[in-house]
Amino acid sequence: MNIKHNIESDRLTFWEKIYIPEIAKGLASTFKTMFQPKFTRSYPEEKMVPSPSFRGRPVLVQEEEGGRCVACGLCSRVCPALAIEVQPAETDKEKERFPKVFEINMLRCIFCGFCEEVCPEEAIVMSQDYELVFTSQEDAILPKEKLLVPIKNLQDRLEWLRQYR
Amino acid sequence: MPQIIIDGKLINADNGKTIIEAAYQNGMDIPHFCWHPELSVAGNCRMCLVEVGMPKKLPDGSFELDSNGKTKVQFFPKLQIACATQITDGMVVNTQNDKTIEAQEAVMEFLLINHPLDCPICDEAGECKLQEYAYKNSSGESRFIEEKNHKPKRVEWGPNVMYDAERCILCSRCIRYAKEVAKQDVLTFVNRGDHAYVKLFDDTQFDNPYSMNVVEICPVGALTSRDFRFQSRVWEMSFTDSICPGCSRGCNIKIGVRNNQILRLQPRTNMYVNRYWMCDYGRLTQYPFVNNERVTNNFINVNANFQVANFEEAKNKAYELLKKFKPGEIMILGSAFCTNEDNFVIQKFAKQILKTKQLDFFQHIDENFKDNFLHTDDKTPNTKGALEIGTIPVSDGFTAETVASNINKKHIKALIIINDLLEDDHILFNAIDNLECLITLSTNHNKYTAKSDVVFAASTYAEVEGTFTNIDGRVQHFTPAVVTQENLSRMGMKMSRWDKFGAYNDHWTQKDKRDARPIWKIIMGIANLFGGNLNYKKAEDIFIDLSNHIPSFNGMNYELLDTHQGIVLNQSKRPDPILVNYVSHYMKP
Repeated sequence: MNIKHNIESDRLTFWEKIYIPEIAKGLASTFKTMFQPKFTRSYPEEKMVPSPSFRGRPVLVQEEEGGRCVACGLCSRVCPALAIEVQPAETDKEKERFPKVFEINMLRCIFCGFCEEVCPEEAIVMSQDYELVFTSQEDAILPKEKLLVPIKNLQDRLEWLRQYR
Repeated sequence: MPQIIIDGKLINADNGKTIIEAAYQNGMDIPHFCWHPELSVAGNCRMCLVEVGMPKKLPDGSFELDSNGKTKVQFFPKLQIACATQITDGMVVNTQNDKTIEAQEAVMEFLLINHPLDCPICDEAGECKLQEYAYKNSSGESRFIEEKNHKPKRVEWGPNVMYDAERCILCSRCIRYAKEVAKQDVLTFVNRGDHAYVKLFDDTQFDNPYSMNVVEICPVGALTSRDFRFQSRVWEMSFTDSICPGCSRGCNIKIGVRNNQILRLQPRTNMYVNRYWMCDYGRLTQYPFVNNERVTNNFINVNANFQVANFEEAKNKAYELLKKFKPGEIMILGSAFCTNEDNFVIQKFAKQILKTKQLDFFQHIDENFKDNFLHTDDKTPNTKGALEIGTIPVSDGFTAETVASNINKKHIKALIIINDLLEDDHILFNAIDNLECLITLSTNHNKYTAKSDVVFAASTYAEVEGTFTNIDGRVQHFTPAVVTQENLSRMGMKMSRWDKFGAYNDHWTQKDKRDARPIWKIIMGIANLFGGNLNYKKAEDIFIDLSNHIPSFNGMNYELLDTHQGIVLNQSKRPDPILVNYVSHYMKP
């Protein structure tokens, strides 16, 4: 048998073997960082503002005259996780259709953004809301009232979509 | 028999057929909007333009050959419409070459000039002929930048049909249907050119008993049913083939289900029964009772209080109640709403196991309902089957008509009512109080279930597998569309994506899964307590037994019934030939 020895103690030099210079190096790094400015954010007092490309909680755009959604059901169809349920109904408005029920199950949602991409009315967009804490499974199914967000709060994302989609 | 060549394929077709008919009977689909096999040819959509040619003949009658020795084909200088061009021997048709594709793209561009491009709002999306051809036969570009025409929207044509003139592509199918099939000539085109639309004559309504068929034949979303309008996307539903139980015609239907609720019934082509059509009565009345006011559990009446019971408890209670009586004191009221399989088990239970002579069913005859198209005078789906299988009294047993008087005379002390509403029968209802024991097998709550000692939750036609025998003796097979706890794990159950993959905490899956059973399972359960020793696992087992025992059913099985779209009694050796069914437009997921 022709075994070549390559154990750690053979590879290390004497100074490396006694560790003391390495400890000193490490401590130097620690002390250097101690006097540099801090960048840890004190969440939740201090909150992160994501960029418009961030895909947070999907929401429905609410204009002054009501929601944009026409309940075409494409978001529901494209959703790979079956998070969206839409039930249409008829209205007297020019766009004859509106969602009677629109629910997103946030436990199912995987934030892929397909619903936003497929939406022909630009009615469902990914918001910058990332604070998703629920105390029960029932709370995690968001009804239409909780999903509707005024359009002025979503300008960043809509602008970004217009530019990059 | 003329031979023609379509796209290089040699086809034998009957004399007098048009190109489009010859093509669909051989499995080729030439794009078209206005043509329908049951209606006259209008030829106004121009979508079916094809290149048509004939071999070139020399003055002596022989064919001119080219340098390779093949016959030269002389094509018409302009394209012809396939729906109005009759075939002749030797005809050559091209449906796929550059010239026809260019023509199809041009037609599509013209149609889409004024057709609103709001598929997300339109209800037809997913089963729209225009949408389908826009993908397959259109260049996908429009040079039209001007404003589209505006026309009347939401026009009520009648109690069941709604018209949207903007979406209309003026194929005139509805006009021809109203005139030729429904025989109510109230529709016509008004205005000219791109301002044209379909209108009712003044002071008329399209309120024919068959009016809703225009919704199916409309190639776009211009005509919608006011019942189903904006209820659901078609791709969110599952469609199961079934048979309409509204009358003894036995129209072939498709049941559309979402969230375990029936949302619509549609006709299914069967050239031997209902052709392409179905009546409004069947469409509108034959599904609400499946969704609403159902008996969702078995109940036992304990001191005038109804208690929910599981099936074991309910059938033991029924057995205890029934065994106190002599067989002659028990009357079983079967039903023509039950399938052939149910009737077979019922008559077996009555005649062989319980050994009572009293077995009959009420016929629901309504002469006013009959017309000369699809409606029949018998408003139950399976009278013929029930009579054939023998849900009838033995020798001098009591008939259904004498039930009430025999109850009052105390000849009948226990009554089993199986799957029949009998809402209008006041004489029987008044006699119920004189009974010592009433057991009902019911799908819906009614005034008889309220007075029963035991109520078994029965499945409706939409939840069971079975066969109905229609007025012409045609035995037709159908499968369940709606899920109950009993058929949940049935192989081949059609469910939409949402229904199939939903979890317990999804809101849409929280619709009832009812604890209902097919009639034959309930009867079999009771029969086995009486020592019946019946051992059927599924409806097919009963049908095999039935076809072996009842001579007119000999030789039938479910597979044969499906392939031939039903077989007439005694005709299993010579079933009707299998036809190629024309499908106008169907759901594309």
